[in-house]
Amino acid sequence: MTTVAELPAFGPDPTPEDAPFWEAAAEDRLVLPRCRGCATFIWYPRSFCPQCHSPKGVEWVPASGRGTVYSFTVSHRGMGPYSEHAPYVVAYVELEEGPRVLTNIVGADLDTLGIGDPVTIVFQPAGQSKVPRFGPA
Amino acid sequence: MTIRGKAFIAGAFEHPGRELPDLSVSQIHAEVAAGALADAGLGFGDVDAYFCAGDAPGFGPLSMAEYLGLRCSYVDSTETGGSSYVVHAGHAAAIAEGKCQVALVTLAGKPRTGGAYPGAAGRMANAPESNFERWQGMPGAVGGYALAAQRHMYEFGTTSEQLAEIKVAASLHAQHNPDAFLRKAVTVEEVLDSPMVSSPLRRMDCCVVTDGGGAVVLVSPEVARDLPRRTAKVLGHGEAPKHTDNGRIDLTYSGAVWSGPRALDEAGVAVGDVDYASIYDSFTITVVETIEDLGFCAKGEGGRFVSDGALVAPYGKLPFNTDGGGLCNNHPANRGGMTKIIEAVRQLRGEAHPPVQVPDCEIALVHGTGGSLGTRMGSATLILGREDA
Repeated sequence: MTTVAELPAFGPDPTPEDAPFWEAAAEDRLVLPRCRGCATFIWYPRSFCPQCHSPKGVEWVPASGRGTVYSFTVSHRGMGPYSEHAPYVVAYVELEEGPRVLTNIVGADLDTLGIGDPVTIVFQPAGQSKVPRFGPA
Repeated sequence: MTIRGKAFIAGAFEHPGRELPDLSVSQIHAEVAAGALADAGLGFGDVDAYFCAGDAPGFGPLSMAEYLGLRCSYVDSTETGGSSYVVHAGHAAAIAEGKCQVALVTLAGKPRTGGAYPGAAGRMANAPESNFERWQGMPGAVGGYALAAQRHMYEFGTTSEQLAEIKVAASLHAQHNPDAFLRKAVTVEEVLDSPMVSSPLRRMDCCVVTDGGGAVVLVSPEVARDLPRRTAKVLGHGEAPKHTDNGRIDLTYSGAVWSGPRALDEAGVAVGDVDYASIYDSFTITVVETIEDLGFCAKGEGGRFVSDGALVAPYGKLPFNTDGGGLCNNHPANRGGMTKIIEAVRQLRGEAHPPVQVPDCEIALVHGTGGSLGTRMGSATLILGREDA
């Protein structure tokens, strides 16, 4: 079982398009960009909607931080800063709001972890902000 | 404009080396270029079009055309990972448009003795998604494919034993190839006993890491007519990038669902007409999803399809990768698309290793995969026929 504090954390390099995400993460808040035209949640963050290309742009809205495991892999061979941390879990988590995001699952029993398992967000300090990882709900 | 019958593969050459510490990457490009041109009965002075991808040193075709001493009227450096060369063969439709007559495509690399291949990491550093995909510790390419495999198993009941059958078939072919990096035939049990790398994929679910390269030469019908060598006829081509679909990614299918039908339509053939298939096999799961998406079986049935020796040449349902493929033969520059074309040409010429030569091989399908599986992936399908097809 890997705890969140055990994983390497290197900070994002925020861009004008995703800075609001990282500003909120620094305060342990998950926000997602949503299209002002078609109300689709957008992932990864960008300043326009790749779904409907509405000229109305996007707004940032609070998200629940809850989701389920869409897929996962237990890596037995970490590379670079991860070389000392195997086994650890890389996963796609499907957020309640829709997007499937690449992340890590921490604090889970690797023998019983499964697709569909409910998970909830945990933030880990990384550089000037925090990165969103997920643990068992 | 259709490519059908407008371009012929006249030359194909695979570098026999698997560890090449004493050659530069440029030298390997030059050696495979010379090999493919000689195979076609042509020389460097005949080349008027050049295609290369991210494995080419320097400024792509600008650097390599100078290095090779080429004078070109047409160049293309489309970069879609390991599928690039299958894309390039399709873009040789420029021959049909009269832009060129003799097109050279090269691949070379030395990830085994030359250290890590920096190309993909460099390209991804400024990707718009990089802030959201670089801190999770993705264990190289295998991680993305493992995520796809896990989901495919969950949705369709695909098993590790079924994935292992793909490696077994490749190893049965590789034992006849003296150049293959891994020549030992393996069993399902041996695959399942190999160490877990990134669950559910084990070491033997992964392709080899080798130096080497390959090249093909595509020519116009007029040039083909005057060559002594048997050619392979280009019948159809399709390509399709697939992406994360605004975060609603579905890892259970690949871009082959689009590139396959396009290629088959252009060729005017059905999957049932395919005698031999070169299916990109970066990992065993790549083959399962690709076979489904090309229409060789229903979605979700790929695991069952590949069981019971279906892929074993020459008499399986779908003889595949008779050189041993990426799983056993080679994966030069961490990119297998080129070698997939070369083995298909061998099959159509009747020049595969005799124990794996498909009798009366008339139609071959080549499929290239690039990037990851089901996300940020390149797919390209090429249908080739015998010279008289």
